Amino acid sequence: MSRSDVLVTADWAQEHLGDPGLVFVEVDEDTSAYDGGHLEGAVKLDWKTDLQDPLRRDFVGREAFEALLSSRGIGNDDTVVLYGGNNNWFAAYAYWYFKLYGHRDVKLIDGGRKKWELDGRPLSKDTVERPATTYRASEPDLSIRAFRDEVVASIGSKNIIDVRSPDEFSGKILAPAHLPQEQAQKAGHVPTAMNIPWSKAANEDGTFKSDEDLAKLYAEQGYDETKPTIAYCRIGERSSHTWFVLRELLGKSDVKNYDGSWVEYGSLVGVPIEK
Amino acid sequence: MCGAPKQGGSLAGVDLSTQTVIQGSVWHDGTPVAGAYVRLLDSTDEFTAEVVTSPEGEFRFFAAPGNWTLRTLAPVGRAERAIEAEVGLNETTLAID
Repeated sequence: MSRSDVLVTADWAQEHLGDPGLVFVEVDEDTSAYDGGHLEGAVKLDWKTDLQDPLRRDFVGREAFEALLSSRGIGNDDTVVLYGGNNNWFAAYAYWYFKLYGHRDVKLIDGGRKKWELDGRPLSKDTVERPATTYRASEPDLSIRAFRDEVVASIGSKNIIDVRSPDEFSGKILAPAHLPQEQAQKAGHVPTAMNIPWSKAANEDGTFKSDEDLAKLYAEQGYDETKPTIAYCRIGERSSHTWFVLRELLGKSDVKNYDGSWVEYGSLVGVPIEK
Repeated sequence: MCGAPKQGGSLAGVDLSTQTVIQGSVWHDGTPVAGAYVRLLDSTDEFTAEVVTSPEGEFRFFAAPGNWTLRTLAPVGRAERAIEAEVGLNETTLAID
């Protein structure tokens, strides 16, 4: 796996809009973004209503994922090209999710919606209809998903990377600052976690930094190449961005995303917290 | 959830006795800039959050008391401004030359 297998440029995406075998998918929590204009032919996935279980805090199950992709007209052999707002946070989350359910060929558009807009590239408001497919998902690949007990057991032994902003890591604020600061969970971070904010891996236009810069970033922050890694944030979308960098761009092995993240960890009774 | 709420509009439901709200609008050539990216940087210049301005050019952050920098990036250009925030409402304007 290398950068060219998993990441495409906005230029490439624009040239290949409408190509058979490619499905462009916008993933946003903010559905008004897609409705206000999307890449020509792109379908929409709502990270919350489509990708989260409506009752429990969890993913949708395998069968629900199959039904979702079938209804969106995505086939097992299609190349899925993801993009979205928030510097591709939710597109990276979806990328990780597609990989968890075994989709073979998934790519991100470098810079996502932000770069597309800043470049002044065309957006369409046309309704997109694709013929339904019969999608078959694999059993979830739990080698890329961490759960809370593993996180607690990894304190002091694995690379634990807290990708939130420094002020969230220190407990000064409880949530990313575009959200009201009222949360049930405690402030702070998992003991021994390194704070390597997701934003250090991205340029201001939302594109990823070069492989060379990324390798240097993690090396300088104390990333131990000999150890497995768990990344977390608040609800698991920013840490998907870092998971993508570590596993897909830099090719590191044994990297998991802890999607329970701080909303879960900071609410657990009896676990250690540092501040 | 992690997605930014709709920018601008009412502060109803926001407790200004506990929240440190930093809000304002982005302007260029005498008109508000919709769809501009505005990021909030902490006192070490590290990214803390980012929102996209409303059709009226408005943005809003929920931060903490202290020194912050606002930086906007839009197809028409960029602008930056430092702000010292206190608990309550802190308003400012970002003007892109």
